[in-house]
Amino acid sequence: MAATVGIVVFPGSNCEHDVAEAVERLGASARLVFHKDESLGPVDAVVLPGGFAHGDALRPGAIARFSPVMGAVERFAADGGPVVGICNGFQVLTEAGLLPGALQKNRGLAFLCREVELLTANDTSALTAGVAVGTRLRVPINHFEGSYTAHAEVLARIEDCGQVVLRYAENPNGSVGDIAGVCNEPGNVVGLMPHPERASHDLLGSEDGNVLLGALLSCCGRSQPC
Amino acid sequence: MPRFEVLVEVTLRPGIADPQGATIERSLPLLGVTGVSGVRVGKAIRLSVDAPDEDGARDVVDDLCARFLTNPVIEDATVSVAATARS
Repeated sequence: MAATVGIVVFPGSNCEHDVAEAVERLGASARLVFHKDESLGPVDAVVLPGGFAHGDALRPGAIARFSPVMGAVERFAADGGPVVGICNGFQVLTEAGLLPGALQKNRGLAFLCREVELLTANDTSALTAGVAVGTRLRVPINHFEGSYTAHAEVLARIEDCGQVVLRYAENPNGSVGDIAGVCNEPGNVVGLMPHPERASHDLLGSEDGNVLLGALLSCCGRSQPC
Repeated sequence: MPRFEVLVEVTLRPGIADPQGATIERSLPLLGVTGVSGVRVGKAIRLSVDAPDEDGARDVVDDLCARFLTNPVIEDATVSVAATARS
């Protein structure tokens, strides 16, 4: 049976339909889950999409993390289910403490909206399972607060434990270690600033995002994290 | 119950890059200003808190700072409670 991807919709999310279309084109079903829902329903993976949840008031993700749905997302993640946060979704996951570190305003205060080249740095996370380390992917970024930062000891730990999932080939925003995406220790929760759903069709200029979304779908239904 | 006026100043932790502060500092020579450095940008959040006493008001706001008003990875908070309560 096709995997079902739950896509959480916060007030101000704006990439949920793009993610739905991208995963549907890869053969999965998409289920939009409202932020006020207290359960996810029958889903095999969860995506927190990009956008500006609650208008980024206070800090991006600071209010969304207290949404009723986030309790269900945390339980799903604790059970080993694959959870991916894209852009604003990544910010929500760091604010919720499901991922280490934080996202800061870009170096030079630049709003960045362009394609970048990424290098995969992990071949076991829910977004990169089975993808050879060092694979080059062209995927767009579209953010103002995407400069990844973490305490020195946290940074050392995630580097040592292989929790860096993606790096920028050329650092666009000042992220430490050129980090574009990280995962939790088991690897089932992943956050990334680039938008794989915007590189999911030839007409969009790149299909490389399908490598990541395909890896996510391959993790669906496994009892253990990838 | 008395009401306390509280000011929370949120600042970036030492060592965390502050691109807004850096941009402001770089612009100072354009204004002909010299001798000003160390510019750091933060946030000021004002709250009115109903609590039995000043310590109670501070406890409420300290908890809010830890859980919500700051991201402890990158930010610190300084809490000031107005000395006189308005009832």
